[in-house]
Amino acid sequence: MNLHSPSATQRLAARLGKLLQPGDVIELSGPLGAGKTCFVQGLARGLGVARTTRITSPTFNIVLEYPARLPLVQIDLYRIADATELIELGFDHYLESGAVCAIEWLERFPEAAPPHRLSLQFAIEGPKRRTLSVVGHGRCKKLITQWLGGQP
Amino acid sequence: MKVLGIESSCDETAAAVVEDGQRVLSDVVSSQVELHRPYGGVVPELASRAHVVQVVPVIREALHRAGLAWSDLDGIAVTRGPGLVGALLVGVQAAKAIAYARQLPLVGVNHLEGHLQAIFLRDSDEPEHPVPCWPHLGLLVSGGHTLLLECLAPGQFRLIGATRDDAAGEAFDKGAKMLGLGYPGGMVIDRLAQVGDAQAVPFPRPMCNRGLDMSFSGLKTALSARLQKTGQPTEQALADLCASFQGAIVEQLVRKTLLAIDRTGLRELQVGGGVAANSALRAALGTAVSARGITLHLPPRKRCTDNAAMIAGAGYHHLVQGERADLTLNATASLPL
Repeated sequence: MNLHSPSATQRLAARLGKLLQPGDVIELSGPLGAGKTCFVQGLARGLGVARTTRITSPTFNIVLEYPARLPLVQIDLYRIADATELIELGFDHYLESGAVCAIEWLERFPEAAPPHRLSLQFAIEGPKRRTLSVVGHGRCKKLITQWLGGQP
Repeated sequence: MKVLGIESSCDETAAAVVEDGQRVLSDVVSSQVELHRPYGGVVPELASRAHVVQVVPVIREALHRAGLAWSDLDGIAVTRGPGLVGALLVGVQAAKAIAYARQLPLVGVNHLEGHLQAIFLRDSDEPEHPVPCWPHLGLLVSGGHTLLLECLAPGQFRLIGATRDDAAGEAFDKGAKMLGLGYPGGMVIDRLAQVGDAQAVPFPRPMCNRGLDMSFSGLKTALSARLQKTGQPTEQALADLCASFQGAIVEQLVRKTLLAIDRTGLRELQVGGGVAANSALRAALGTAVSARGITLHLPPRKRCTDNAAMIAGAGYHHLVQGERADLTLNATASLPL
């Protein structure tokens, strides 16, 4: 589907945020500047993260945690060199913590991908044009119809 | 008062001993030294964030370089957040173990406060230099943070502006990655930009009317769009692009800092964090604030990046104010100033 503006992306993400359950995993992939952080900002609003909380890019910090109705954990594996570092990071701990995990660059570690997750692929089609394609894995498949049911 | 500082909030494991919050007796950062195991041999170069392996050798090295024994220490300060919980916990547990074993007073320190303490530090053989008077304005620019703060007193800060998306340091590093300069490559952009023309490529000037908030994500997007159109530049074109991209980041930081000076009326400014090492930012801030009669305090480059001396320095002020952490001290991922 087409994403027409950052605010449209955030509205779409907020709607998903309202549907999520504890332990749900959202995988975000796509090039730098494709809208991943923007989407997570909307997702956080939908999960009930306070409006005053700034949702920033997690690349440097690797993990950012936000308390909310459903806590949000934002994980960015961009700077992780190999899978053994995931243990040090407490990756599995976050997945099992009951928080919603939004994970960027998970495709670098396919063996670490949890079986139930929603995969979002962002693409840059032009200076202002972004597209999003969605794939559900395991029990997250049914989330797609709940989320995008009324959409083309 | 000699304070041992321990820092493990992100990539670096670091330990330092600082006297009276100012004199740095030793300052050890794991990535910059060959660490010697207690029974001989050198610890091979380790991946970032191997804190468990590095923390004890780093602390021992800090004591050794300071020429001190455990019994010479008067207190311990450790970073308790913000950062990676798993990484922070290693430093916190080590600090608690030492504090318990040696019966030393312990405090937990906010990593960001540490960056704002770096300006007050000096090497033990270095003469005293002018330091900021309180209150003053603080600009904290690093890979993970971009903040404007009113620094009211040691340990007391008021946040007045921040980035809404990427940190300035992250914009540099991701820009470098897009330009094929490696990651982290903020320093490479700085070097190449020195022979480039900052006016060569127009970049957006975001957040003109958004008060003291900042944004750097759009610059990354603009760079990506530019590269799609023109392909990867080389030689002079690359230098020009680096200078223009850097110029857009620096211009926003300087513009917001000047606005903060106008709004707060503060007459002194200090800059901390890894991006404070950027030569264009140092030069541009110098020119901009001196025109207004503002005193600018810039730490030496080696104190801009993550280190433990700044943690020991900040911890000193908490210790002399009688603050104490007990053995329930915990690491906190999100910790506002």
